[in-house]
Amino acid sequence: MELTVNGAKTFCYTGGRPFDAAKPTVVFLHGVLNDHSVWILQTRYLAHHGWNVLAPDLPGHCKSAGEPPRSVEEAADFVLALLDAAGVEKAALVGHSFGSLAMLEAAARAPERVTHLALVGIACPMKVSPALLENALDQPQQAIAMVNTFSHSMLAPPPSALGPGTWLYGGSRALMKRVLASNPRVNVFHRGFVACDSYAGGDAAIAKVQCPVLFLLGRNDAMTPPKAAASLQQKAPKAKTVVVDGGHAMMTEAPDAVLFALRDFLQG
Amino acid sequence: MPGYSDPGFDTLALHAGAAPDPTTGARAVPIHLSTSFVFESSDHAAALFNLERSGHVYSRISNPTNAVLEQRVAALEGGIGAIATASGQAALHLAIATLMGAGSHIVASTALYGGSQNLLHYTLRRFGIDTTFVKPGDIDGWRGAIRPNTKLIFGETVGNPGLDVLDIPTVSALAHEAGLPLLVDSTFTTPYLMKPLDLGADLVYHSATKFLSGHGTVIGGVVVDGGSFDWERSGRFAELTAPYDGFHNMVFSDESTVGAFLLRARREGLRDFGASMSPHTAWLILQGIETLPLRMDRHMANTRKVVKFLAAHPFVERVGHPMLESHPSHALAQKLLPKGAGSVFSFDMKGSREQGKRFIETLKLFSHLANVGDCRSLVIHPASTTHFRMTDEALRNAGIGPGTIRLSIGLEDPDDLIDDLKRALRAAEKA
Repeated sequence: MELTVNGAKTFCYTGGRPFDAAKPTVVFLHGVLNDHSVWILQTRYLAHHGWNVLAPDLPGHCKSAGEPPRSVEEAADFVLALLDAAGVEKAALVGHSFGSLAMLEAAARAPERVTHLALVGIACPMKVSPALLENALDQPQQAIAMVNTFSHSMLAPPPSALGPGTWLYGGSRALMKRVLASNPRVNVFHRGFVACDSYAGGDAAIAKVQCPVLFLLGRNDAMTPPKAAASLQQKAPKAKTVVVDGGHAMMTEAPDAVLFALRDFLQG
Repeated sequence: MPGYSDPGFDTLALHAGAAPDPTTGARAVPIHLSTSFVFESSDHAAALFNLERSGHVYSRISNPTNAVLEQRVAALEGGIGAIATASGQAALHLAIATLMGAGSHIVASTALYGGSQNLLHYTLRRFGIDTTFVKPGDIDGWRGAIRPNTKLIFGETVGNPGLDVLDIPTVSALAHEAGLPLLVDSTFTTPYLMKPLDLGADLVYHSATKFLSGHGTVIGGVVVDGGSFDWERSGRFAELTAPYDGFHNMVFSDESTVGAFLLRARREGLRDFGASMSPHTAWLILQGIETLPLRMDRHMANTRKVVKFLAAHPFVERVGHPMLESHPSHALAQKLLPKGAGSVFSFDMKGSREQGKRFIETLKLFSHLANVGDCRSLVIHPASTTHFRMTDEALRNAGIGPGTIRLSIGLEDPDDLIDDLKRALRAAEKA
């Protein structure tokens, strides 16, 4: 469905079910150079199992208009504005990579509005190498190839986003190219990586979070390795951690394991 | 920023889609000859049917062995996924039927496999889908043939049997300007010689019967989606961008930004038309693909020797291979097919139809049959076999003469192949 957030048209995938304000809501936020479709299986399942699902395309990404967030803080404000636009008072927040930082920051800014916080493929700090930052700006197609390689951990993934026969390396690469091309005005690749690299509020944010927290990490994640979440985990001793057999693109490399971890966490 | 890229072609040909079996440890891909797969629970069953979870239900829709083949071909082509079908023709039909219905229009190359030409010229017209045929090198012709109801631009990487090389960068650009996808039949070139998706094509299909299988044992096809075409931006494809009441009112382009075509093709096309591949067939094609790079190198090495021999033979009037400067697609082939333009080509002998018949009947190593892309060398007379339904005019448009002979060069010792051809040409000359 389409919402107007901060005056801009915002596309939200609802998992194939109409939005129903009477149901509990879970918001899914994608990472850099991705869009709502990285959550295709998990969102569709939860939408058919009692949840309202809102999986937006970030502003200036694919089907959403508006200014792409320049920082994690701006992305967090977008999430809270999205809740307002949808008429949702409280929601569970699930974010992947850059999206996980944005959800963490959103949960810190409005802890009373967040029922659950799931941080998928998070690292804090989420530093990006200078070479990759430079290439994201100057040679984005080359940088896409590098990120794509780092984001996958297996040559024989299980049946995934498009069903059996999905080739995940190709799917992620095509999506990143599509998202980059969707905004001819702003290089959302470079802007997103700069936002990741410059975010320094993780420690302060986790201290403000009041809801249950899940760290959902990929055992073979080369982009945000599990150890990169350790300092944040130490500051959230009651948080639950699930490590799945997959890389950074764990939603498609380990779709069932990610779903079960989220389902069990949200039911808890 | 060197050093980081997807695995190489030879690695993907062996490993893409396949890992040791987690239950048995089997290293080779198991053949899952099972019609159906047990649900873990009622919820699991419902979730599989509703695309909330991914897995196998029934082998007409998907199968674990077929899925390995699909991932492997998609990996080799640089696509996002693939669907295995009962034949190459089934792959072509699946692509077309997913994208359009009655009242739609296709612009296609004149240089097509006879079966494809039949489908477009005769059979699909019966179902209300019209096709305009354009010579593959006529760029203005491609552009001028596009109508408001056009849904697809279609050609072969190298046209059958004249080997006109399709200028994929140019044709795909004009297709995209008009909001249309380019589908190519890449059977003759395989992803080893050319990756059409990298050159601008949006969908690729193969008769996997040919080089992918490589051993002349099974019939199969596969269609690959590059994930590059923006169905929403085009505005011509309500099939993929509007709610489909045949599948839970799903809007395929909302579900998957890059995979709408594959979602509908499998959920509708395989479900309803049912032209699925046997897992045993998938396994045999996988066996072939594992050695595809090695075989294609040898196919091309042998082809170069045979073409050189024929081009110098006094009883041969014309050899139609793009490796020769005399071929109209020579320059384009140098650019788009640097490893070679395939091992299927035609030549014209001097003399009569009777002499042509004598030539074929004298050959010993070359098998006279209706196939290409076998590890064994093959020969056929297109005008009386694969293209026999075409009118003389259509034959001429496709670059086929009454005395044209088509060869598919195999993996034998090239000296033996040349001896066989030499003997047959001598017999034909004396006939």
